[in-house]
Amino acid sequence: MVRPIAITGGRVVDPASGFDAPAMVVIRDRVVAGIGNDAPPADAEIIDATGLVIAPGLIDAGVFRADAAACHAGGITRVVLMPDQRPPLDDPALVSFAQQMGKPDVWVHPLVAATRGLEGHELAEIGLAREAGAVGVATGRHGIASAAVMHRLLSYASAFDMVVVTHAEDAALTAGAVATEGDYATRLGLPAAPAFAEAMAVARDIRLAEATGARLHIRQVTTAEGLDLVRAARARGVRVTAGITPAHWLLGETAVAGFRSFARLSPPLRADADRRAVADAIADGTIAVIASGHDPRTQEDKRLPFADAAPGMAGAETLLALSLSLVQTGAMTLGAVLRTMTDAPARLFGLAGGVLATGAPADLMLFDPGAPWRIDGAAFRGAGNTPFDGLPVQGRVQMTIKGGDVVWRG
Amino acid sequence: MDRSPHPAIAAGAHPFPHSHLLGIAGLQAWEMLFLLDEAERWVGVNRSRQKHGEQLAGLTQINAFFENSTRTLLSFEIAGKRLGADVVNLGASGSSMKKGETLLDTASTLNAMHPDMLVIRHGSSGAVQLIAEKVDCPVLNAGDGRHEHPTQALLDALTIRRRKGRIEGLTVAICGDILHSRVARSNFQLLTALGARIRAVAPPTLLPPDVGHLGAESFTDMDKGLAGADVVMMLRLQTERMDGAYVPSTREYFRFYGLTEARLSHAASDVLVMHPGPMNRGVEIDGAIADDIARSAVTEQVEMGVAVRMACLDVLTRTRRGAW
Repeated sequence: MVRPIAITGGRVVDPASGFDAPAMVVIRDRVVAGIGNDAPPADAEIIDATGLVIAPGLIDAGVFRADAAACHAGGITRVVLMPDQRPPLDDPALVSFAQQMGKPDVWVHPLVAATRGLEGHELAEIGLAREAGAVGVATGRHGIASAAVMHRLLSYASAFDMVVVTHAEDAALTAGAVATEGDYATRLGLPAAPAFAEAMAVARDIRLAEATGARLHIRQVTTAEGLDLVRAARARGVRVTAGITPAHWLLGETAVAGFRSFARLSPPLRADADRRAVADAIADGTIAVIASGHDPRTQEDKRLPFADAAPGMAGAETLLALSLSLVQTGAMTLGAVLRTMTDAPARLFGLAGGVLATGAPADLMLFDPGAPWRIDGAAFRGAGNTPFDGLPVQGRVQMTIKGGDVVWRG
Repeated sequence: MDRSPHPAIAAGAHPFPHSHLLGIAGLQAWEMLFLLDEAERWVGVNRSRQKHGEQLAGLTQINAFFENSTRTLLSFEIAGKRLGADVVNLGASGSSMKKGETLLDTASTLNAMHPDMLVIRHGSSGAVQLIAEKVDCPVLNAGDGRHEHPTQALLDALTIRRRKGRIEGLTVAICGDILHSRVARSNFQLLTALGARIRAVAPPTLLPPDVGHLGAESFTDMDKGLAGADVVMMLRLQTERMDGAYVPSTREYFRFYGLTEARLSHAASDVLVMHPGPMNRGVEIDGAIADDIARSAVTEQVEMGVAVRMACLDVLTRTRRGAW
């Protein structure tokens, strides 16, 4: 029999219930046994959380690698894994394997590839993959170029009520492009695509979701125009949600100056007006999910001329601190920001975690919301390819608990 | 031509406080003028019978061209040899990059041979800067992707200044494939910094949308773009960009954007015609105009190219030679 744990003296924030008050959390038998202000159980191990926030462990809704060390340091207890693996997760057996690989430290919830080999042509066995543990379907790093294939995919997925996660960039317009068309791309001589290539893909996929009744999640919507389309579609009842990663509201196209390949992302960084529109859309709920997009890359992938470098950034260890900037600017409450990384992804993918309530899995994290630190890619537990290197931030994870086990102490 | 130093240099500014020449961006106007004045000296030397100097004697210059080039490579080789450097050329076909070596490994290999000067051309924008961060010697960008080709812009400016006596106040029309051109990007920045008015003339498919931010006014009607121009600079249109990709055909391009006698009549009567070469006669420029020595500066550009490169090699190696 494992001793119960009592976490005392902290501020408990549970976005799912709206609870936000000083309280004690008791963990027993790997589940949350109680939240309140009674005396701690006599046999309990006491964890002092004075000055800290006690919140559900984060669910990172879209990573390219289940990097346990980086996740724990970032307060992440569950990840939704993109199908862009080697080989792609386009087969129920591969999905089943991926689902097991993180346990017990970080639970991995795989998304099945929408098409075989992620090539955008033939539908993968998404029904069987669901039985093997897939929590959704994803088109991967790229969208599906063919409207006909996308139509069939959404139509077929609707029978299983599986959410379809897409990447919104018009394939033909963005072919070969590594930057957003604009001043910086022109100056640096980088192959670029217009920002409206996103709106074209968003419009198409929303229309197809509307026609088929499928659930659509656009993993990153990064432009004002794309966000307006999502906002309007949601208002008329289309089952569409939008996600984002911190880079797209904290960094603009200016970050690529000097050919900084760590700022080579997909979709590419946008103009400042779009960057601000993203922050507004998170605050007004148009963007429901913040994810890290965690995509570790080696020096060999990144120390290349900008256009030849692989896109992607390491994000798991900075997800919380960067997201808390929305609280620090006064744009959102702490509960609302945490919701985008807990309750919202849990509901989207039908996961058990993301809540702090009696009977819920004991996945939680303790963080100091005011602790200042400086992002240092070289000091990361996982890969260090962050475009935020050197940025001062506030808010640091002090402890991560997964299934009642303390897996990280800051 | 005797020129007094720029007021900034007279006031004590270092004439060229840079380790590398990676682009025109980042240079002050007086630094550009300093390089032009230095190049002016070499024009005379190059026309004399005794062309050999000793400034770079004992130094090793590597010309690493990861993208094919004949003219620019030859120009850099001659420039280095006339200054007395030991010049070694590395072509794309001779490099280990073909064998899968990364760019930075190649850079480390070159660096280990202790060159005193690296001249680099590469097909990717930013590649030369990346190498410059990794090596211990001055690096000169001989063209990187669509980004910059600083010595081409300098030789163009030198040619214009010698023919027109000035750059300030001139109207320069740069015509053709601006989207893919590093020559255009470097020239926009250099010529606007020196006070010229720049026009970008091209079909919309070959015109970057934000060319205005580089100081150029854009035109899709060539007659209007050439109206009153003092200098017309034609750019090469690569054949793979024709045939329906960016323009429908060679003949349609020549019909609307080729430099013909009729079109050139809209420019100033003493217009100077330039082309960075190699020319596609009958595609972007009428052969007769290219050959008209009164108006065409094409061969002079090649001559100025050697002088400009000698000046850049000399200036960039002065710190290690203790020659400032």
